[in-house]
Amino acid sequence: MNRSFNKSQTLRYLECSAVEVKSKFGAEFRRFSLDRYKPGKFEDFYKLILHIHHIANLEVMIGYADVHGDLLPINNDDNFFKAVSSAHPLLRVFVQRQDEVDYSNFGTNTLSRKKKALVTLRNDNLRRRPHINISMPHDFRPVSSIIDVDILPETHRRVRLYRHGCEKPLGFYIRDGTSVRVTPHGLEKVPGIFISRMVPGGLAESTGLLAVNDEVLEVNGIEVAGKTLDQVTDMMIANSHNLIITVKPANQRNNIIRSSRMSGSSGQSTDSTASHHSLPTSHVLQNFHPDEMESDEEADIVIEGGLEPQHIPKLHSLTSSSLSRINGSSLSHRLQRDLVLNNNSGRESNGNIHKLLSSLKTDPRHSLVIPRGGIEEDGTVITL
Amino acid sequence: MAIGTRSGAIKLYGAPGVEFMGLHEENNTVMQIHFIPDQCQLVTLLDDNSLHLWSLKQHSGASELREEHRFTLKGPPGSPPSATQITAVLPHSSREVLYLGTESGNIFVVELPSFRVLEDRTITSEAVLQRVPEDYCNRRSCELVEALREHPKNPDQILIGYSRGLIVLWDLQNNKVTHHFLGSQQLENLYWQRDGSKFISCHYDGSYTQWPVSSDNRQPEPLENIVPYGPFPCKAISKIYWQTTKNGLPYIIFQGGMPRASYGDRHSISVVHGSQQTAFDFTSRVIDFFIIFSSEPTAEFDDPSAMVVLAEEELVVIDLKSAGWPAVHPPYLASLHCSAITCSHHVSNIPLKLWERIISAGSKQNVHYSSMPWPIDGGTNIAPDPPQRDLLLTGHEDGTVRFWDASGVCLHLLYKLSTVRVFLTDADPNDNMNTLGEDEWPPLRKVGTFDPYSDDPRLGIQKIYLCKYSGYLAVAGTAGQVLVMELNDEDAEHVVDHAEADLLQDQEGYRWKGHEKLKTRDGPVRFEAGFQPFVLVQCQPPAVVTSLALHSEWKLVAFGTSHGFGLFDHQQKRLVFVKCTLHPSDQLALEGPLSRVKSLKKSLRQSFRRIRRSRVSSRKRRGGGGNASEVQEANAKFDQDALQEMELAPVQRKIEARSAEDSFTGFVRTLYFADTFLRDSSRHCPSLWAGTNGGTVYAFCLRVPPAERRMDEPVRAEQAKEIQLMHRAPVVGILVLDGRSTPLPEPLEVAHDLSKSPDMQGSHQLLVVSEEQFKVFTLPKVSSKLKLKLTALEGCRVRKVTVANFGSCKTDDYSENDLAVLTNLGDIQIISLPFLKLQIRYPCIRKEDVSGIASCVFTKYGQGFYLISPSEFERFSLSTKWLVEPRCVVDVPEVSSNNHVHTRSGVENAARKSRGSGRSSSDYGEDERKSGRLMEHALLNDEKVLKEIQSTLEGGRGSYAERNLARSPLGHGLSNGGGR
Repeated sequence: MNRSFNKSQTLRYLECSAVEVKSKFGAEFRRFSLDRYKPGKFEDFYKLILHIHHIANLEVMIGYADVHGDLLPINNDDNFFKAVSSAHPLLRVFVQRQDEVDYSNFGTNTLSRKKKALVTLRNDNLRRRPHINISMPHDFRPVSSIIDVDILPETHRRVRLYRHGCEKPLGFYIRDGTSVRVTPHGLEKVPGIFISRMVPGGLAESTGLLAVNDEVLEVNGIEVAGKTLDQVTDMMIANSHNLIITVKPANQRNNIIRSSRMSGSSGQSTDSTASHHSLPTSHVLQNFHPDEMESDEEADIVIEGGLEPQHIPKLHSLTSSSLSRINGSSLSHRLQRDLVLNNNSGRESNGNIHKLLSSLKTDPRHSLVIPRGGIEEDGTVITL
Repeated sequence: MAIGTRSGAIKLYGAPGVEFMGLHEENNTVMQIHFIPDQCQLVTLLDDNSLHLWSLKQHSGASELREEHRFTLKGPPGSPPSATQITAVLPHSSREVLYLGTESGNIFVVELPSFRVLEDRTITSEAVLQRVPEDYCNRRSCELVEALREHPKNPDQILIGYSRGLIVLWDLQNNKVTHHFLGSQQLENLYWQRDGSKFISCHYDGSYTQWPVSSDNRQPEPLENIVPYGPFPCKAISKIYWQTTKNGLPYIIFQGGMPRASYGDRHSISVVHGSQQTAFDFTSRVIDFFIIFSSEPTAEFDDPSAMVVLAEEELVVIDLKSAGWPAVHPPYLASLHCSAITCSHHVSNIPLKLWERIISAGSKQNVHYSSMPWPIDGGTNIAPDPPQRDLLLTGHEDGTVRFWDASGVCLHLLYKLSTVRVFLTDADPNDNMNTLGEDEWPPLRKVGTFDPYSDDPRLGIQKIYLCKYSGYLAVAGTAGQVLVMELNDEDAEHVVDHAEADLLQDQEGYRWKGHEKLKTRDGPVRFEAGFQPFVLVQCQPPAVVTSLALHSEWKLVAFGTSHGFGLFDHQQKRLVFVKCTLHPSDQLALEGPLSRVKSLKKSLRQSFRRIRRSRVSSRKRRGGGGNASEVQEANAKFDQDALQEMELAPVQRKIEARSAEDSFTGFVRTLYFADTFLRDSSRHCPSLWAGTNGGTVYAFCLRVPPAERRMDEPVRAEQAKEIQLMHRAPVVGILVLDGRSTPLPEPLEVAHDLSKSPDMQGSHQLLVVSEEQFKVFTLPKVSSKLKLKLTALEGCRVRKVTVANFGSCKTDDYSENDLAVLTNLGDIQIISLPFLKLQIRYPCIRKEDVSGIASCVFTKYGQGFYLISPSEFERFSLSTKWLVEPRCVVDVPEVSSNNHVHTRSGVENAARKSRGSGRSSSDYGEDERKSGRLMEHALLNDEKVLKEIQSTLEGGRGSYAERNLARSPLGHGLSNGGGR
């Protein structure tokens, strides 16, 4: 069973760079190794998996256990590379039949969830090929997204920062400044609000979507023109649970370029853009209204009697988990349906799915995929 | 009486309730104001050398002040600006012309009301100098015209005083000089004796001189030259009056003249009458003064009755008829800020009984005032009597609480309460305001109430709560002191019960680095009639009390600081409980104000910036006055530097969600008593609610024993709920709505039949107002029902919120309760209850005016007050039903009356005062005149604006609102203030 895999073009036999891989499909294990630094392409890896498990005719979903014990999917070059490079010492791979996949098992653990900052980089969007199945953004808890790409001018960018449950600081500063506008009377200087500083390690910085000197144009759909720095500060803080900032990036070179075909014919999606990804999210935005925002917000905590709450946030997470226990099965049912809708029409609201997912995230009955033994082996503690 | 401000406003005051205000388009300082005799007109001179003619015109039954004309004197082309710089103005008693003295020494004549220059009547300095003796002429040229005075008996003669000392009597008929008076000292001012046989001049060296006027001597020698406070060098006497009396001894009243070395810093006005001499010593600079005397043209003597002095910080009126020259209690323009205002509290609709008791307590304090009626009596107040009695209470830095009658247009001081007596302070206990040292020379006597120096800042009053039904008053201060008082009509001596509330409880390891608590006086203390304290609770640590609530029916007082809150039973005099609200990680809150190094640094930086900015702007202002380009250049450079600096260090703001670890989360912002369903929906019970800066609401169930066992059983409290708002914004208001969605009534309101009893059948709702959101919860379950987000959508935050009752002006049987909200942008919003719909919003206070916003108080019936300067409250009304505004009439007198006086206040004034808002004023011209019955002067203050609400209630939404909104920005508010 212990077969070495020699990836034709990349694999060199160097003791130090080899990563041991243990792949499990059903009850069967396969072991092989990969080069930590040059693991190759996901497609090749996928073929390899099918090959070694002798399941060439099956559609499968590949996942791995990360350092926190979370089951995360491998479905593109980036997360494949991430999986290989972070394996320590062993990369445990789980293969499931596509039709048996229980999506709710991915990224199961609440606690470890907070620590990972999975970044959907704009560049990823560009690099993705539509024929690769990456249609599970809902497998990740989004920390940020670019939205409304199709309705905003190309020079602008609308960024949504999700902060709930995340301990990371938002981490940026704004300042007054002047920006130059083109008006019928020529160039005109107008006061504006700019990002003045990023806190290292903060949410804003980690997204890569905001940068110093970006001009802030809107906060949660409300224009900041005419508002003072303090007003804008207050608005951002008040919306900090679900902050949507529209900026005009100082660096305009990384903008998403929409092809003329795309902008010309509304329904036609093209190969080269992020449309695949942006369609569902833009839907979120078009439908964006205060009620939806409401649903993202954490509820106030009421403590009865003379309880002395020591750690309010924890109490909160407890309540939400008990809630999901009660509703878990029906929610997951709905989720499945939502996903189907999503796949079919590409129109499902990302926010809703996310909501469902997050309410499911601590349901213990869904964490079956990770074997108990495996967890103990790694010594990672999972709190359910 | 007219007062001009530095920002270009003029305010006319007459009899109490009679007042007008006008605003020049230019925001320039008003330099002089002169009434046109008997015309209900006045002329103002601004520091841009423009003249403005104002008149009082009757319009739909009430008089209004309007600007009619404006005019700027123009010299021939090429002449220097000083040729037409006006230094003296004389409205001639013929009412047809105005004489304008200028810096060049020429006197121009302009026709009224057209302001047409009558060139042929110009009095040039050459003409004046023709007959002056050569040697005198050589020594000094005419220089600028310092004073112009019309002969009291002969309107064809005017007296002209030049700054170098030359005085001439000019005959208007023959256009020639009839008399020369060769003064040797620099002239300050002139004044005629009533019969025209003599006049008096005052001089820069502190002397005054009498000159005879007779037909035989065309160049007389002075009769008498006196330096009243000699022999050492004295300051200038800038203004002088010579008033004759029946008994022969004249009153000589002059400003200044103090010995330069020892008393040069005093702001004094001396009154000399025979052997009596008093130098009234003012705590702030004297801007101007005038004397009220008999104005009957037929009267033989002046018989002065009162002296009206406008000092920089207050208006003082001295009764010259009563022995000892006591001050007169002002019905308006009282000095609100005699000690800085630290908080205010408004109580509407005071029961008559309590009102009378407060007035009677106040009248016992006012015995040292003159009994003379207010001497400024122009105009007729035709406003209807105020519909109800309203009290405005102001807490001051020196530990006093002042009770103001806020029912009508004038804010009138009723009673002053001092809390100082309870404590041991370093302050000198004897009240030596009016001690008159017999042998003192000069015979200084302090007058006025403005005293900005606090003996001990810990005495400052921070929170006030008055129960109008029971007469209980709770007052809390800077050093954690909470006093509960009761109204007593007699003087009394008793011991104040004293308790301490340790708000830190068992929290260990905290150090308080702030001020110490106040020391209390042991043993019985004597209190004068009025509110007398009977309980003192001192919080430990002695941090500022940040919230206060009193329930007079349950006899409980609740108080909160930055550390926690407590409940005290003032019947049994027992502390019921304390609750520490500190977050364990909030170190800052514990250490007191002194250790907050970071914020201190920040505030220092800010104040430097402010100083720099104000310096820039004041320089700019002066630059306009017209001399060198040098100044402007310097200004420009300065501006540039300042700008550059700003760009180098941009202000930035951190965007971060609030977390539990932020400092000051434990700060208790609001306390509220309610009888509601806290535990279950079947039984209601008394409860206490507290909201903190960190967005936490605590609710305590109280058990108050029934009245008959009130003294026997203890009051018990038990925590029932704790709500943490996830947005963690400071909780600024808590309110319970009954089954009909009406706010619960105030304590004792139902017992006095002034309110329906609350609906206890339907389910109650809890409204929590944070700085960012309004949220309605169900009770007793506390589940969120509705919310209105303010900050998330508009970027503004709630600063003040209150329930206001809006009645319909059309029908008496409709009224509704809404929330009146003031935001940090200075907007006022009205939000409906219980559905939280925004009804109307309009801008009220400039958002830069932080102290104005902080000082705002709403009344229960939709009005409000805020400070537009440290000394002036502006009143506004949101209700169409309750509107207080001045309405008054000034009739044009038919008979001519004689005299008027005017004064000029120097250019130097303008630069001096930098504090206060743009609207406040420092510089006044002032003027007065009276004729037999009533006068032109008029009034004050104001009120304003009402907005409507009503219309939204009644459906007619849009247009009405807009009309009102358009009107309001004029800001003719202003109700009261000392002289700033």
